[in-house]
Amino acid sequence: MTSTLLGYRRIAKGLDPPYDHAAYTSTHKRAPKNPPIRIAHTLSEITGPRFGAEMVGAGDADLTHFAGGEALGERIVVTGRVFDEDGRPVSGALVEIWQANSAGRYAHVADQHDAPLDPHFSGVGRVATGADGAYRFATIKPAAYPWKNHYNAWRPQHIHFSLFGPGFATRLITQMYFPGDPLLQLDPIFQSVPDAAARERLVCAFDLETTIPERALGYRFDIVLRGRDAIPFEGGGSGGAR
Amino acid sequence: MSRLTPSQTIGPFFHRALLHEGWNDLAARGAAGERIAIEGRVLDGDGAPVGDAMIEIWQANAAGRYDHPEDRQEDRHGNRPIDSNFHGFGRVATDSEGRFRLRTVKPGAVPGGGGAMQAPHINVSVFTRGLLKRLATRIYFPDEPLNESDPLLSTLPAKRRARLIARAAGAGAAERVLNFDIVLQGADETVFLDV
Repeated sequence: MTSTLLGYRRIAKGLDPPYDHAAYTSTHKRAPKNPPIRIAHTLSEITGPRFGAEMVGAGDADLTHFAGGEALGERIVVTGRVFDEDGRPVSGALVEIWQANSAGRYAHVADQHDAPLDPHFSGVGRVATGADGAYRFATIKPAAYPWKNHYNAWRPQHIHFSLFGPGFATRLITQMYFPGDPLLQLDPIFQSVPDAAARERLVCAFDLETTIPERALGYRFDIVLRGRDAIPFEGGGSGGAR
Repeated sequence: MSRLTPSQTIGPFFHRALLHEGWNDLAARGAAGERIAIEGRVLDGDGAPVGDAMIEIWQANAAGRYDHPEDRQEDRHGNRPIDSNFHGFGRVATDSEGRFRLRTVKPGAVPGGGGAMQAPHINVSVFTRGLLKRLATRIYFPDEPLNESDPLLSTLPAKRRARLIARAAGAGAAERVLNFDIVLQGADETVFLDV
């Protein structure tokens, strides 16, 4: 077997949150005590599910109306590009999103926050990236909401993102935040990312060019997935730890 | 300098966005191979059920081929064809008692590093509130001769190794049933992998 494959680059220290983060109470009983075992990349990690535009139905990228009516709240457009760490666009990739409504309530049975549901807002969307890695969806700006992590704890406004990328190793679930939110400094989930510059990359940027006159404010949010290792390996697997 | 986007927790409210009809049954389209069901529970450090986890699996088909352009084994051997009825991805959420169930086919062995074969395995991602990034693990199979020489299993002490191997849990009408509990923390902690 002589074909060469490229594994994925290891995530540099500080760029990802740890499992055990004391300020985030839910980690206490859910974070493993043993460090994960590093394994060399093989076909199992390099390959991964491929979902793209075929998963996206008409209207899936527009969350501003649902069940025959207009959602309440501040309309926004969120757009950006998905790249790998070497700046190559990740095309044809499924992006799944979910969020609270403009009152800070999820359309979910487990959300007991005493804020109104909006029958015209599902809070769920899907979009696929184009050839240039670009995606775009229209939605309502989510509100902050309280949670029980500590006394008077509030989650900053955020939208959840789920992406596959090209392989099992590139799977990413994250959250996008909004610029200038005073809750960011107090949020143990946002603050769990050790590297300050990496943390700031979770905050989208207001963008006048994306803003639609008389309709919706625009925000830009680029997403960067893991890039390839520089050194190929032989035989459908790697001989050493990476 | 890497501009990687950091991971954040999936939180408790993902179900409506991420669960899709039929994604818990990978064999539904009539895939070739031995039918199996994988059942298990996700438990926390107190042994309490984790009722808001999402499990994803990714695996090769019964011939040991991944449905992905970078798996070019057929080009070399001609004997590991793509199964047009099998993609190899599944996703399921745990119920309030932490239980999950997936139906699929047993994957074939796939190549590892340096020409070694890896024993048949299923790649697993675990997401839940309280996990700031996904946990990865693998499901291996009991009574599988290749387990002895598998590049990962053979490096582990016996107790840890056993945590990666599913347990036979009987036979259903149309499939073999395997049990694979995922213990996030504690003495019986699952072996998690840094991929």
